[in-house]
Amino acid sequence: MNAQLRFNNVTLGYDRHPAVHHLDGDVKTGALVAVVGPNGAGKSTLFKGVVGVLKPLAGSIGLNGLDPREIAYLPQAAEIDRSFPINVYDMVSMGLWRKTGLFGGIGKKEQHTVERALETVGLTGFEQRSIGTLSGGQLQRMLFARLLLQDARLIVLDEPFNAIDTKTCSDLLELVRRWHGEKRTVLAALHDYEVVKSHFPETLLLAREKVAWGETPSVLTAENLNKARRMCEAFDEEAHACVA
Amino acid sequence: MLYDTLVAPFVEFEFMRRALVGVWGLALGAGPIGVFLMLRRMSLVGDAMAHAILPGAAIGFLVSGLSLLAMSTGGMIAGFLIALLAGLVARTTELKEDASLAVFFLISLAIGVTIVSLKGTNIDLLHFLFGSVLALDDHTLMLMAGSATVTLAVLALIYRPLVIECVDPGYLRSVSWAGTPVHLLFLALVVINLVSGFQALGTLLAVGIMMVPAAIGRFWARDITTMIAVAVASGMISGYAGLILSYQSGIPSGPAVILVAGILYALSLAFGSVGGLVRQLFPGRHLEA
Repeated sequence: MNAQLRFNNVTLGYDRHPAVHHLDGDVKTGALVAVVGPNGAGKSTLFKGVVGVLKPLAGSIGLNGLDPREIAYLPQAAEIDRSFPINVYDMVSMGLWRKTGLFGGIGKKEQHTVERALETVGLTGFEQRSIGTLSGGQLQRMLFARLLLQDARLIVLDEPFNAIDTKTCSDLLELVRRWHGEKRTVLAALHDYEVVKSHFPETLLLAREKVAWGETPSVLTAENLNKARRMCEAFDEEAHACVA
Repeated sequence: MLYDTLVAPFVEFEFMRRALVGVWGLALGAGPIGVFLMLRRMSLVGDAMAHAILPGAAIGFLVSGLSLLAMSTGGMIAGFLIALLAGLVARTTELKEDASLAVFFLISLAIGVTIVSLKGTNIDLLHFLFGSVLALDDHTLMLMAGSATVTLAVLALIYRPLVIECVDPGYLRSVSWAGTPVHLLFLALVVINLVSGFQALGTLLAVGIMMVPAAIGRFWARDITTMIAVAVASGMISGYAGLILSYQSGIPSGPAVILVAGILYALSLAFGSVGGLVRQLFPGRHLEA
């Protein structure tokens, strides 16, 4: 199987300070990978690099011919203006962008897919609700419906289950499992090791550098987790240029 | 009697008919632009932009006198330049849009005043500030109609990305490169509408017919389409009623239009169906579910 995603000695960061340092490795097509690590380990930075929001300071990220705009990306802190007068239906329809582009109409068939997506995430009946009235969990369900419509080969989820109740979390995990079954490649940053162990066959443990990457049980060992915690040292203002 | 007050001025005088068409054209273009500015929390951007346009128009005046073409061209060039620079700086650096716009419009204003004073002409900037809606010639009317047409056509083209860019800019960035060009196009529309408005209402009031109707719309609608419709309608009503008020009372026409819009705003603030004060004070019993 070929790699959907290839990290070639990639370093990502801000103002020349690396947040992810010299990462190598492949994500196989159809893999379901959890990315875990303490706060500040570089998980979000890595994802920003993958979707092309952040240019690598060094090295490269190969997407196997995929256009970065074809990646479905759920950022950790979505910049959604919740006071904006738009309803759930229109918000979810945005997921059709790749099909409709600037002008394409939303016909009967597309309407049907939007309705199905809403049904899948359990938001039937919420079509006309404005987004400002949704709870945190409902908002997350709505964003997952939009991800569904994006119909992407690579899906990148940055801490999708933060501050979400157990029921919502397990509903949304069901979707992740479905994507995996459809041979889509899924990357998700997570903090709950139980969720990782029960749902994600593969794990990358990150602490600015790769601590371990492989089958989940072999990665999430007490030894590795301790190592990760120690390695997350602070951002050094006085750091010297890295020659590695 | 009612006919004499409400209709006769327009039947009798051509300049009143021209003024009405002009103001309605303005309301048609500026209404939706104002709604988007408000929803993007850029309500004061119109004001800043108007200041940026002023020196361009003044320079146009210095070069070729009181010529509509020269002043409009000068204003548009200054406005586009400032919008482009501010937009690019905001998108490529840490500086936010309002801060970079503030910097550029102040520089523009300073340059404008410097040029005017070096030339030694004491031109009447008040003319630009308050306009002359009752003296619209054919060229001015064409400019206003043209800018309303361009505004509506371009808005129709960029409507979808513009809405997405307002509500979830991160999402638009992740699926398309359209964000920046769409934003700059939108700023260009703001400039076009201000330039077309300052002929009739002056720079300051041109901002008024953009922003006040938009704020009115917010009190009556929960979705953006209705909001735009309410904004355009209230802009047109203000234009008509303002002209009547000005005709009957002798108040200058530009301020009269904005005053009427202000009254509509006060009424909406009090009685608006979405978040109006009366609704807030007397919400009725809470519902069962």
